[in-house]
Amino acid sequence: MDVSEVPVSQVDSGTKWMKRTPKKKNRGGNGEKRGPQRKVEEEEDEKKMENSEGVFPPNFSVSEIKNKQRRHHMFMKIKQEKRKLKLQVKKKKKKEREALGDKAPPKEVPKTIENQRVYDETTVDPEDEEVAFDEGTDEFSAYFNGLTNPKVLITTSDRPRGRTVRFCEQLATVIPNAHVYYRRGLALKRVIPQCVARNFTYLMVVNEDRKMPNGLVLCHLPDGPTAHFKVSSVRLRKEIKRRGKDPTEHSPEVILNNFSTRLGHSIGRLFAALFPQDPQFIGRQAATFHNQRDFIFFRFHRYIFKNEKKVGIQELGPRFTLKLRSLQKGTFDSKYGEYEWVLKRHEMDACRRKFQL
Amino acid sequence: MGERSRLCSVWLGSETGILKGVSVSRKQAFNFCNTSHLSRDQELRALCWGDPAESELLVGAVDGTVKTFSTEKGEFTESRRCGDPEDGCFTGLAALGGSGLLTCGERGPVRVWREDSTEPVAELDAGKNVCRMRLSPVHPNRVATGGKENGLKIWDLERPEEPTFTAKNLRDDWLDLRRAHWVRDMAFIPETDKVVTCTGFHQIHVFDPSSPQRRPVLEADYGEYPLTALSLPAAGNTVVVGNTHGEIALLDLRKGLVRGCLKGLAGGVRWLQCHPSQPVVASCGLDRFLRIHGLEDRKLLHKVYLKSRLNCLLLSSRDLEDAAGEAGTEGVGEEVKDEEDEVWDTMEQVEEKPKRKTGEEEEEPQKKRKKKKKA
Repeated sequence: MDVSEVPVSQVDSGTKWMKRTPKKKNRGGNGEKRGPQRKVEEEEDEKKMENSEGVFPPNFSVSEIKNKQRRHHMFMKIKQEKRKLKLQVKKKKKKEREALGDKAPPKEVPKTIENQRVYDETTVDPEDEEVAFDEGTDEFSAYFNGLTNPKVLITTSDRPRGRTVRFCEQLATVIPNAHVYYRRGLALKRVIPQCVARNFTYLMVVNEDRKMPNGLVLCHLPDGPTAHFKVSSVRLRKEIKRRGKDPTEHSPEVILNNFSTRLGHSIGRLFAALFPQDPQFIGRQAATFHNQRDFIFFRFHRYIFKNEKKVGIQELGPRFTLKLRSLQKGTFDSKYGEYEWVLKRHEMDACRRKFQL
Repeated sequence: MGERSRLCSVWLGSETGILKGVSVSRKQAFNFCNTSHLSRDQELRALCWGDPAESELLVGAVDGTVKTFSTEKGEFTESRRCGDPEDGCFTGLAALGGSGLLTCGERGPVRVWREDSTEPVAELDAGKNVCRMRLSPVHPNRVATGGKENGLKIWDLERPEEPTFTAKNLRDDWLDLRRAHWVRDMAFIPETDKVVTCTGFHQIHVFDPSSPQRRPVLEADYGEYPLTALSLPAAGNTVVVGNTHGEIALLDLRKGLVRGCLKGLAGGVRWLQCHPSQPVVASCGLDRFLRIHGLEDRKLLHKVYLKSRLNCLLLSSRDLEDAAGEAGTEGVGEEVKDEEDEVWDTMEQVEEKPKRKTGEEEEEPQKKRKKKKKA
């Protein structure tokens, strides 16, 4: 019987028959073939278990699965489950909070690298006599005592192209009493004495690379200091959405945020001294230097008080980001000048929670 | 004040005119000045010990006054005028034996002052733009000067008419262009006649007055920024140099090779000094920090924020770490001890834990052994 049936089934039908026929035979009680057949069945059962529940031994990782499709499938599944669980916990917590009402414990503050900041010993204490004296007699003291008015010369690296030119023009509309000059291939060290002779208090040099502004040298005159910044993410007025009309010539208010260390103070004073000391509030314009994680974000806004509570702001542009590279004592002299602070990469920024400004 | 000043083992002069003392072992810094009349005219440019016992400190200010600070009393005891403000600020200050004083201004007059006389006893002209003057620690009559466009000169104070050694111009470079002198700092190498200088063109030169060669016998180069300060460690054959970018390097004086760099500085170095006996170097500069590095492993040992830009630095020759063990310091010492005691009293005793730990430690290896046996 056996011998005759098997070839028939192979010829006649596909795999279905193959599976069915041996089972029948097993039921019929063929002792010899039973062992291997059972094993197959057990394996199938195990697979079913995996599919339905996704239970693994504790030290099993998805990456051990050799089949790529299967691995991907399992990975997605685990991820979904985790997400579900997370949502559940979140919902539960929310319900608990609602149930407790006012007695609910205060919400946990999320950990960011700013609030986990490593304490900097140079953080300026406003009551410190020595620092106050140091700041009171530094190079900016003439400006802060109201003896000088800022006058800024803006120039570029040699032969500026494209966006750099427009960037300079727009900077000149932000900073009152600023004059844009073509560089004409002049050396900065020869420009500086001429600037001093003409009572400029700042020299601002925008460097460009492939038509994009990428550096800014800010030199306080007549006797320093000089700061060198990296410039990034420049967006000119044209590229800003929902911007207001061009700024007026009123001197803006200056907002300096987060300059807390001794170096930060020096940089903050450097920026503050760019603008006239008495803002014209009628212009309703504010220039913001916001320091966050050692990046200084510049924004220029016009504000309006809509009613007693609401304030509307409108960005005027340009916007850009600065990062301090070095602060040098004295006027620009990159070769022989003495540096007060130099950014040393991989040495200073090795700790992500340590900030310099 | 006196108790505080006796604690200090590092002294620093700042740009704001404050004399600062740092006790390294206590990790404390003190200001020694009258905070009510601070002024930039009082900016300290030079520091040196007034006597070999290191009880008096001579402080040179920008306006041409030299003040004596007593570390015993912790206050300024004396102030005298040495030279005009026209001579420029002090580039060097040294105490001579027998209460004599040696000063050097930026514009070149090196003067010897005796006590009770307002006029200098001897004077010599070191040329213009002097960047540094140093007195030889071994021969108290030998003085080295040097500056911008002003090569190294070694003088004998007995014969102030002309220098005993002047450096010859450097050999022209490979483009046959003149190489200028710009000595920023120098030091006498002990046990030899040699003098090592560092220049504003990032070179290190060794001159040997005993040999007929008046050009440097060794030329080395470090970095690409002007070297501003230099110091010789107690263990010979090396020199520590610092530059305007806050890079400090150890150079070998035999071949002029860089042996290692000291990290951690942010701003230009103004003054470097190695401890006379220990292998440590202290640096200060524009970043307002005093940093003490170990020379053997080149690790940063101490870092103290001192709030003002620092111009000069002086180490006392006693051990840096042990300042508390001295007899006169008990007053302050007790206070600190009291605070510490309170802290210790409030803490719970943790005697049991270590025992357990030791027990575990004993047990652990046994377990391991068992495992091994099983395996």
